[in-house]
Amino acid sequence: MSSSTLEEPCLIEKCELDRLIERLKCEGFIVVGPYVEDSAIQYREIQSMRDLPRGYRDTQEPGEYRVAKLLKKNYFEFNLGPHSWKQFLFPPKLTVNSCTKKNESWEFISKVDSQPKFAFLGVRACELAAIQVQDRVFMEGPYVDPVYQARRESTFIVAVNCTVAASTCFCTSMGTGPKCKSTFDLALTELDCGFVVEVGTARGRSMISDLTTRELDPEHARDSQLLQQRAVDQITKRLDTSEILNLLMGNLDHPHWDEVAKRCLSCTNCTMVCPTCFCSSVTDVSNLSGDEIERQRQWDSCFNVDFSYTTSGTVRDDIRSRYRQWLTHKLASWHDQFASSGCVGCGRCITWCPVGIDLTVEVAAIRNTPSSNRTLPVIQPSCKAECAFPKDSKA
Amino acid sequence: MNATADQKKASPLSEPWYTFPVTIRRAYAEAPNVMTYDFEFDHHADARQYAFAPGQFNMLYVPGAGEAAISIAERTNQDRFLKHTIRTVGIVTRAIAKGGVGMSLGLRGPFGTRWPVDSFSDGSVKRDVILVAGGIGLAPLRSLLLFLIEHREKVGSVSLLIGARSPEDVVYESELHGWRENGVEIHVTVDRPDQNWRGHVGVVTLLLGRIAIPRPQSTFVLTCGPEVMMRYVAKSAINSKIPTENVWLALERNMNCAIGLCGHCQLGPKFICKDGPVFRYDQVRDLLGVQDF
Ligand SMILES: Cc1cc2nc3c(=O)[nH]c(=O)nc-3n(C[C@H](O)[C@H](O)[C@H](O)COP(=O)(O)OP(=O)(O)OC[C@H]3O[C@@H](n4cnc5c(N)ncnc54)[C@H](O)[C@@H]3O)c2cc1C
Ligand code: SF4
Ligand code: FES
Repeated sequence: MSSSTLEEPCLIEKCELDRLIERLKCEGFIVVGPYVEDSAIQYREIQSMRDLPRGYRDTQEPGEYRVAKLLKKNYFEFNLGPHSWKQFLFPPKLTVNSCTKKNESWEFISKVDSQPKFAFLGVRACELAAIQVQDRVFMEGPYVDPVYQARRESTFIVAVNCTVAASTCFCTSMGTGPKCKSTFDLALTELDCGFVVEVGTARGRSMISDLTTRELDPEHARDSQLLQQRAVDQITKRLDTSEILNLLMGNLDHPHWDEVAKRCLSCTNCTMVCPTCFCSSVTDVSNLSGDEIERQRQWDSCFNVDFSYTTSGTVRDDIRSRYRQWLTHKLASWHDQFASSGCVGCGRCITWCPVGIDLTVEVAAIRNTPSSNRTLPVIQPSCKAECAFPKDSKA
Repeated sequence: MNATADQKKASPLSEPWYTFPVTIRRAYAEAPNVMTYDFEFDHHADARQYAFAPGQFNMLYVPGAGEAAISIAERTNQDRFLKHTIRTVGIVTRAIAKGGVGMSLGLRGPFGTRWPVDSFSDGSVKRDVILVAGGIGLAPLRSLLLFLIEHREKVGSVSLLIGARSPEDVVYESELHGWRENGVEIHVTVDRPDQNWRGHVGVVTLLLGRIAIPRPQSTFVLTCGPEVMMRYVAKSAINSKIPTENVWLALERNMNCAIGLCGHCQLGPKFICKDGPVFRYDQVRDLLGVQDF
């Protein structure tokens, strides 16, 4: 994917988006976009612009989410719902393998061969960043997840620049938004009179080749700038990330972890809505006679008590240690593992926490009262133990 | 092109859930609740492409029960068999014990890091190597020990210190004599001796204090066993002036994917499956001390 736009942006009328959707469908893509369902804006397969949440706006607070229809008729004047694109690239439930018993011997058959081809419509800047984070997890280490890779490599991305922001957004602190800068095929900014279209890839350019486009006049360019600035101005939440690795790893015994534990329900919501959390478990689903078995991978969460154990029992058997695991992984040890933060500042974990725990507030509390009775030296990624079989040692 | 596609398909690297069908051919009782099994690949092609290094592990898969991470103890019989020593503790290991000889099951692997075998000799200097095992922790050290015996002339002295709960819990007991004959100094200690026991009594770390370490700067200590034991072993080794970077250990935590993608085995910045299970002590020292981490 390109890291900058290929050419000058152009303008299309709003109805042209339907032609783009049609074109994508003709090219064999399953077009996924925002859709209002169960009083929330969710992502699912859409057929046309009529499925989009036109005129809807979300309001978010810690532990609160509402959608309402406004008088304005914009298609993308909202932020994020509980879904993220990870559910299409890293599906919540997937059969990876099947086993059949024949003549007392097991046969194992891979189930990951053919994967659907998606076009994502309406990917926000923080979500592009989240996709990049999961790319590093699933495709750029010594082992590659073939399902993620197959889906990811065929996905067509139509990004959308935010023109408003929710109270829970803090992408500016994480350096991920609100402007879409890379990882898209096309990026849209919605004006009252149409969409400004930026082209990120050659594939993106060819996909709009038969749309009626107009040159962007200075007035449209200015409006687009102003709308994007409006989103920046609406972002009030901040997370101070300076020295955050040392701050958190140096405060593993901080009393504040106990304080959060009094509120946290260990419900796993934050990990389910997080667009970068990648924990999973493969378990067996057997038929009645036990000779046909499917191995199913499902999302899992480090908030589950039986997630980590050794022969001597559960590793993290209180909420304090589980919340600490989640937060230190997301904001600190992720840097060691994947050379970036695991947080993109989308704020979903804040909105969807039933008791409104806000990680930006928790980090600030630790920062304001450091109790460094333990200092973990920062472990440099360079001292990784040697991997016996690096990526391509087996020809 | 097609050949590459086939290979790609058959490689555990490109297809993390690729499972080799294997069958248990032999089973030997080692200790109460501990058995050693010989697993044979059902397909010769699988056996041919399989290669491991000492310290690595396999995921043994009993369809319907699940998978368990088990260290590779040895490869035998012209590479046809993989030897695993397994203590019955839970769902998978119980199913294997129940299945026994003739049981058909799956195997994914090999996974994880290896013992630092390349560091034991560099041309002129032959390093002394001390292996310290607690209980079933001898299993992941076994492949290393056999490697050292095979390359005996390339390393200095080789010692094996074994700690077990009681005399009957000592695994590979019938093989100790042969290993001694091959130039390995072996000491065994037990927590609870019986009437016939003539060896050492007490924790295995005491043995480390008792054996001669004439050249600590050129000595390696490699250990596997309960985490507390390994921490004491490491401390004791460092007290004996063995450099921290010569102390290595193998960690354990439940595993699901074995390739760093599922999160279960995480320890701070490490995934034990992919960055371990074999670690240099100084890479994990500070992580091991943190409670419930
Ligand atoms: C790299 C590596 C190498 C290993 N090598 C060997 C080896 O060579 N030989 C060997 O015998 N073992 C070895 N082990 C240990 C082995 O993988 C574990 O004991 C494994 O859990 C056995 O699987 P199981 O299904 O039989 O037991 P499990 O059902 O997983 O139970 C194992 C233990 O964990 C407890 N437990 C199970 N589920 C939970 C839960 N949800 N919450 C809390 N506690 C729970 C059980 O009570 C039991 O004590 C190795 C482990 C690793 C990581
Ligand atoms: S932080 Fe909130 S969402 Fe996350 S587990 Fe705790 S209560 Fe649930
Ligand atoms: S076992 Fe899945 S990450 Fe280690």
